Amino acid sequence: MGHLENLKGTANAVDFAKRNGIYVVLLVLIGFFSFATENFLVSNNLMNVARQVSMLGIASVGFAFVLLLGGIDLSVGSVITLVNVVCGWFMVNQGMNPVLAIVLTVAMATLIGFANGWIIANIQMPPLIVTLAMMIIIEGVAFLISKGVPIYGFPESFAVIGQGYLGPIPIPVVIMAVIMGIGAFILNKTYFGRYFYAVGGNEEAAKLSGIKVKNVKYLVYSLSGLFAGIAGIVILSRTNSATSNVGEGFELEILTACVLGGISVTGGVGRISNVVAGVLILGVLSNGMVLLNVTEFTQMVIKGTVLLIAVAFDCMQHRKTS
Amino acid sequence: MNILELKNITKKYPGVIALNDVSIEFVKGEAHALVGENGAGKSTLIKSCTGAVMPNSGKIVIEGEEFTSLTPQLSESHGIGVIYQEFNLVGELSVAENIFLGRAIRKGLVVDKKAMAREAAKIFEQFNIDIDPNALVSSLTVGYQQLVEIAKALSQKARILIMDEPSAPLTSAEAERLYEVVEKLKASGVTIIYISHRMEEIFRLTERITVLRDGQKIDTVKTSETNMNDLVKLMVGRELKETYPQRKACISDEVLLDVKNLSGNGVSDISFHIRKGEVLGFAGLIGAGRTETAELLFGAAKRTEGTVLLNGKEVSPKTPREAIDSGIALVPEDRKGKGALMDMTIRSNTSMAVLERISKCFVIDAKEERRLAEEYKQSIRIKTPSVEQKIKNLSGGNQQKVIIARWLASEPELVIFDEPTRGIDVGAKSEIYTLVNALVEDGKSVLMISSEMEEVMGMSDRIVVLCDGKISGSLDRKDFNQETIMNFASQK
Repeated sequence: MGHLENLKGTANAVDFAKRNGIYVVLLVLIGFFSFATENFLVSNNLMNVARQVSMLGIASVGFAFVLLLGGIDLSVGSVITLVNVVCGWFMVNQGMNPVLAIVLTVAMATLIGFANGWIIANIQMPPLIVTLAMMIIIEGVAFLISKGVPIYGFPESFAVIGQGYLGPIPIPVVIMAVIMGIGAFILNKTYFGRYFYAVGGNEEAAKLSGIKVKNVKYLVYSLSGLFAGIAGIVILSRTNSATSNVGEGFELEILTACVLGGISVTGGVGRISNVVAGVLILGVLSNGMVLLNVTEFTQMVIKGTVLLIAVAFDCMQHRKTS
Repeated sequence: MNILELKNITKKYPGVIALNDVSIEFVKGEAHALVGENGAGKSTLIKSCTGAVMPNSGKIVIEGEEFTSLTPQLSESHGIGVIYQEFNLVGELSVAENIFLGRAIRKGLVVDKKAMAREAAKIFEQFNIDIDPNALVSSLTVGYQQLVEIAKALSQKARILIMDEPSAPLTSAEAERLYEVVEKLKASGVTIIYISHRMEEIFRLTERITVLRDGQKIDTVKTSETNMNDLVKLMVGRELKETYPQRKACISDEVLLDVKNLSGNGVSDISFHIRKGEVLGFAGLIGAGRTETAELLFGAAKRTEGTVLLNGKEVSPKTPREAIDSGIALVPEDRKGKGALMDMTIRSNTSMAVLERISKCFVIDAKEERRLAEEYKQSIRIKTPSVEQKIKNLSGGNQQKVIIARWLASEPELVIFDEPTRGIDVGAKSEIYTLVNALVEDGKSVLMISSEMEEVMGMSDRIVVLCDGKISGSLDRKDFNQETIMNFASQK
């Protein structure tokens, strides 16, 4: 029995490492850049990192839900672009009140997500293809509206979202913290959050347990759209100009952050608290490499490698347990 | 002359002996039937011959050449061909291309389609089969696809052809054609090992019959010297050795579930009733339509006809949720595929069907959830240090108990158990029987689907037997008899 207890002890230690190892990686990175550069470990710069990753962090919550469900949402980046263009167009070309413009565009983003979910659940197409097609459509629409010309000249009040501060903390960081809190709350406390895991883990068993799988899919993809929409508004307010390529490639960065954060690409496993670490790692890497004068292309090589290692780790875990 | 001899073949799996010292001789040119209940060891025996399974001990002798185990390549090169229930054909290739798949006839670097078609046509001609070698396999009916499989085996010079329930997917006209082909194969010297549940065709086609039961060879008999009743006796003739926990007499006069003419999902015209406090057993062979009927009752499949009354009120669940809400629970057959959420805790698995009930404003009442899990952990004795343990860390029997806990938590009036004790150990089995007893003593009703004859006879108050998607018989406890049940189950 003692032997068994020991085994259980190591199993728990391994479990703990698996759960929180990502924070060790984060700390090691921070340590490395603190030594390697003078300017990294300065409160100004750290706040800067947090603000830089806030958009990524906001959108990654919805994306994490989709991954938990065993799906993927490639349309996230294009939704961010469309939100920028449409919100900018509403405010500048239509002279719409910023609040109304925000509400309408975020609602639009949510509806796009719902459309993804509806098609995936009812026509039973692979999420990869549905959201890829949606991405292409939305990019086209965004271009049609903006005609490729940047939209700028927003009301001053609009800038608060992206550029304002709450005490010492930038407002985008506050929004990110709130949304990640909401995300964690949904997953840990609500029954529908629990359903995300169930459907992603074993759809058939979930269905036979009385879960309305279709509704869960509608909800998850809608939330992915909603959070992408909010991220889009923050970006628009920060850059003060709507361009038709702002969200390009964003979905892949989000995917990297989520997978780094231990959300399994095969669904059913993952926690928001670790996605926070995944997001921060990407931010620290970008910021640190800039400070070290690493060129953009070398950065790409490094980020791609990081993604590969993260997925490989996930797949190896999966093979071991099954 | 014996073309194939199996000598003292034993195959053990953890906790179960699939084949125990089985010896059979197959004579050249004979059709030799293998019969036995589900789990008697037929599949393992075939797999030993095809190299898919390595026996722990024993010898396989093919035309005098001795092997202790075979590989699929060795088996094929020594003339053993198999027609599985699932075909290995590529739908988008032609018949001839399928027959020569991986062994294409070539002219230089180019595949010689004409030569292949010619060769295929020769084989078909020999057995009087009318298939166009250039047709796409996907355009053929199941019956013809099967003949393509047979032609494929013959083109590989198969002299021993193993056929696993070949007539099961066929219409009666297609089956007739298959029988003709089998007769011709025999005449040309091919040995047929024929696995089937259908007595009629066994008596029509085969020269000898070997009966397996619980991994042992019971006897090999000449078909001409036996009859259906004797054969069934050999198949089932074991003593009922396991004792089943006693339960108080608790059957009430009130009917809980009344099913009339239920059809759809591969079954038709199913009518039966269950009273309160009663265990109704569903017996039959695999594929008889028992699980399919359960799915209809549970709203997991679409009903085309019929009515279901629960407590006198009509219910027609379109989703499992509706069924659960009306008081029906289903403990599914395939624990891994349809029951357990492997990456989740025992607590989450237990509460899964009642989460919405124990939530307020979308938020799960964590205390209540924990209490529920602890309660069932105690009451049905799930062996685990903590309900926070992931279900995948439990043994099969304990996993099954967690799934049962999930369904008990939904407070059902009718619990459908589909093969509730498959693959779990003896101790956990008897605990599950006790649990079933407790349920009916509490006035609930149980529908128990089981392929284990002993279990279904030991636990049921009444048994309904299904065969080919229909009810073929019904017995009260005083009339329970293995042979009668087997006869009902293997009716054509």
